[in-house]
Amino acid sequence: MAEAAVVQVAAPWVLLAAVLLGALALAGSSLDGALAARAAGRPAGTGAGRPLTEVARLMRQRRRTTVAADRLLWRLATSSFVVAALLMVAVVPLGRWTLADASVGVVWFNAVDVLVWVLVWLAGWGPNAMHSLVGGYRFLAQAMAYELPLMFALTAPAVAAGSLRVGDVAAAQSAESGSGLPFVVWMPVAFVVYCIGVLAFSVRGPLSPAAGPALAGGVLGETSGLDRLLLLAGRSALLAAGAAFAVPLFLGGGSGPLLPDWAWVLVKTAALLAVLVVVRRRLPDVRPDRFLALGWTVLLPAALLQLLVVAVVVVGRS
Amino acid sequence: MDLARDIALGALGVVAVVTGALVFRVDSMARATYLLAASFVAVGASVVLLHLDYVGVVVVLMMLMEMAVMGVYMVMFMGMNPALMPMSMVHSGRRAVIAAVTCFVLLAVGILLVPWPTRTEVPTSALPSSSEATTYALGDALMGDHMLVMMVVSQVMLATIVAGIVIAQARGRYERLGDDLKGGSR
Repeated sequence: MAEAAVVQVAAPWVLLAAVLLGALALAGSSLDGALAARAAGRPAGTGAGRPLTEVARLMRQRRRTTVAADRLLWRLATSSFVVAALLMVAVVPLGRWTLADASVGVVWFNAVDVLVWVLVWLAGWGPNAMHSLVGGYRFLAQAMAYELPLMFALTAPAVAAGSLRVGDVAAAQSAESGSGLPFVVWMPVAFVVYCIGVLAFSVRGPLSPAAGPALAGGVLGETSGLDRLLLLAGRSALLAAGAAFAVPLFLGGGSGPLLPDWAWVLVKTAALLAVLVVVRRRLPDVRPDRFLALGWTVLLPAALLQLLVVAVVVVGRS
Repeated sequence: MDLARDIALGALGVVAVVTGALVFRVDSMARATYLLAASFVAVGASVVLLHLDYVGVVVVLMMLMEMAVMGVYMVMFMGMNPALMPMSMVHSGRRAVIAAVTCFVLLAVGILLVPWPTRTEVPTSALPSSSEATTYALGDALMGDHMLVMMVVSQVMLATIVAGIVIAQARGRYERLGDDLKGGSR
């Protein structure tokens, strides 16, 4: 810990972070669209362009509203998903550079993913409509199942690195300053639990009781126009941000041969994002009550055991 | 730098108090709940400004989580049928005002009368940043040798809460096993 592993860049660079996050979110959505088109028997290319046409359509769409909607909270919620995703990537180092070299970056990420609870519930509350509200409630029920395992999954790399600073966690896996072994190799359970958490907080299937077709769209049901665009973009961005945060935490940060470290971060993020998008389409939807049983009886003990293993290794090594 | 920090601290204090007061002015349980959340977020941010990064971010984390869950219960139980409709956030006006003013005066007098120690030295430790050293020093001052005991007790408490809920639920443990308790169809 002699010198800082990463350099904090000036605030205007947040624009670049937003562009990169947007590009990743768009790429993820395009892949999703292509897979959906192929599953429906159409050429994949038609689906890959779907996100862009959808953006154009929603930007022109007139906003619908409902009787006695709580506009303030509704708009605040739908427009804040993108912000939450950006707050998450703010602590992710892109190679040597980071927007915020927070000493508690891991906890920061955790706090922002809890903010998603608030946003989903408020997006459900806003329109004063039944299906939306039920969607918000279902998301909170599901959150009870994924949040605690996710917290312990986040704890494991932090314990191994002996720091909550994201840059330090990445440095602990690099060949120069650490063991040279990505944490995913010896914390596979924590990594899987983390990925399940990311799938859950990005409000998409298989863990999408809040916004699935079973609820006539749920929290998405009454949104239209720009609000809908921001919400859809936000949840794609949340998935991308979750993938990006896994890179310093589990996938060795920017370490890798040939390419510069910032390029490795992007490559790893894109690869994990693609895997998450593909896996997401192959899993069946899970009801929140079933998922609660899974979360508390399988995921939480598994994450705790993983943490125990990591803690024992750390104690043994020191 | 210190002046900027003081101004930010003051602004956050104002935000915390104003959003906290607005809780009682709005007529929607959702708005009241999340105004309270906003108030707590401002408090968390000021704790961060006091060089307790970890404590501050955890305050934000816990309060967002708590308010999200509390909102559900408030809507369920606080309203007439339930609080999905506009409703007043106050009752027993006169007594409430007296109690609030008394509390405020007591606390304010306390704050003004307590001989606050001045900070003589910045905590130092092997930790890299001053905020981490401050957090460590605070934890050490609060817990001292009892850290291990507290950590064990917290596990026991969590297990007790979970077990209590599982046992208390009429349809918690056994329903999914069906009438014959052998699994299979519901």
